[in-house]
Amino acid sequence: MTARTADPGRQTQDPPLVRWGLTALALGALALFIGLPLAAVFVEAFRKGAAVYLAAVRQPDTLSAIELSLLAAAIAVPLNLAFGVAAAWAVTKFQFKGRNVLISLIDIPFAVSPVVAGLMYVLVFGAQGWLGDWLSAHDIRIVFAVPGIVLATVFVTFPFVARELIALMESQGTEEEEAALVLGATAWQMFRRITLPNIKWGLLYGVVLCTARALGEFGAVSVVSGHIRGRTNTLPLHVEILYNEYNYAGAFAVASLLSAVALIALGLKKLLEWKTGQEGG
Amino acid sequence: MPRTNFRSPSVLPGFWPAFSYTVLYLSLIVLIPLSAVFLRSAASGWGHVWKTISAPNVVASYRLSFGASLVAGLVSVVVGFLVAWVLVRYRFPGKALADALVDLPFALPTAVAGIALTSLYTESGWVGRYLAPLGIRVAFTRLGVVVALTFIGLPFVVRSVQPVLGDADRELEEAARSLGATRRQIFWRVIFPIVRPALLTGFALAFARALGEYGSVIFISGNLPMKTEIAPLLIVGKLEQYDYAGATAIASVMLIASFLLLLGVNALQRRTRRFMEAE
Repeated sequence: MTARTADPGRQTQDPPLVRWGLTALALGALALFIGLPLAAVFVEAFRKGAAVYLAAVRQPDTLSAIELSLLAAAIAVPLNLAFGVAAAWAVTKFQFKGRNVLISLIDIPFAVSPVVAGLMYVLVFGAQGWLGDWLSAHDIRIVFAVPGIVLATVFVTFPFVARELIALMESQGTEEEEAALVLGATAWQMFRRITLPNIKWGLLYGVVLCTARALGEFGAVSVVSGHIRGRTNTLPLHVEILYNEYNYAGAFAVASLLSAVALIALGLKKLLEWKTGQEGG
Repeated sequence: MPRTNFRSPSVLPGFWPAFSYTVLYLSLIVLIPLSAVFLRSAASGWGHVWKTISAPNVVASYRLSFGASLVAGLVSVVVGFLVAWVLVRYRFPGKALADALVDLPFALPTAVAGIALTSLYTESGWVGRYLAPLGIRVAFTRLGVVVALTFIGLPFVVRSVQPVLGDADRELEEAARSLGATRRQIFWRVIFPIVRPALLTGFALAFARALGEYGSVIFISGNLPMKTEIAPLLIVGKLEQYDYAGATAIASVMLIASFLLLLGVNALQRRTRRFMEAE
């Protein structure tokens, strides 16, 4: 996605005044809209000193929120990874009727409000839901319990890997795989030796985006969580609870953990873009 | 079992397992739960749906959600184009960092963005304290909702425009210049038509995302009834009162709007791709 600066020799087209004026404006806007909120998280987190920060991060409720967030991501990411590979394989290596419709359907979770996503699962699995009677008869809790949180996380991170791989594999075509088969490779050999090396950076890229979103999802998880402290709280929900209790230092301390995850994800993303750029030529 | 005309022949293996798994997983996670929303709405009857969505507080929330998303989308288009332009055309120190920063709203959890923006724009915040003497209040007003949605929408526009602007043929501009066009003419007659579809795509993506946004808005908006309540917040409110039918009715309207936008974006992206391939 990084823009190409194709020909440095032509960059002097705009007069310096225009160039510097526009650059200053753009950087000012970026700083105001994006830089300041990021800085605010860390400044507010450490406003009352490192001791308060560490105490907030080490609180049992925070630790159990970290645990639940990691659990939800650990289930959602592999599931969506497997789906992404299968979907991309079916959609990019074959031509079939309804192919474009299928590609559009995969994008649906990006278009659905997180709150509506949570609502759907309440309508299916909640006490008044489709499966409500059956679930309560078998003493299974999905909504307002951990499985609901995992499901909501799976939904909001659903398209990340698939989308990344579909764009990548579409551009790669099928010749290399066909050649491998003609030369006598088995299906598994073809996949492992040809397809996987071709898509590995795109795959990782999708996994990074998927993980970041899984750890940070708020709206969908909020609707299905039931807000049971220490039991159904993920990190973002814990931020909300602390904030609503006017424990700003604590809320921002936990928020700083999530921001650190976001920054790591951005760093990895840049690294992967650089890697693919290098291999692409 | 494979039917002959469903797909074109191919020597590659694994179509049926991959295809079936894709459709099964998609149905279980997305399509069936989503249909629950529409079936629930239909089951409660159109009269009830209409009564819910025509209630004054719901109408006010739709007006705010659509209005603020529209304004935020337009602000994102202007600012996003400027940022994309500078990132593609100029070189300056810290450019890589600025480019990386653009993606932050994609990666930062919305609740974190929400509390951070609120702390900036309250009357004692870093930005709010300079706006307060001017009589501009952002936190807990509709303006705050627009600020949060702009934060969310900005990267969509930048990332839509950037590749198109990067690929644009500079020789067209040179030709226009050598034929005596002014800088203004070059911008409006040469550059703008090239990036227009990408700007529209970016706007539609930003608008669609803003419409459903929850986490970053609810902290800065203050959630004042009839004034700063967004539609997703009303859904949550109805759910908390176990009014499933009401929540579902509000959600159905949001879903229909989202789907129309998604269709529009897909059509636009296909057009943009064709345009770029034709280059």
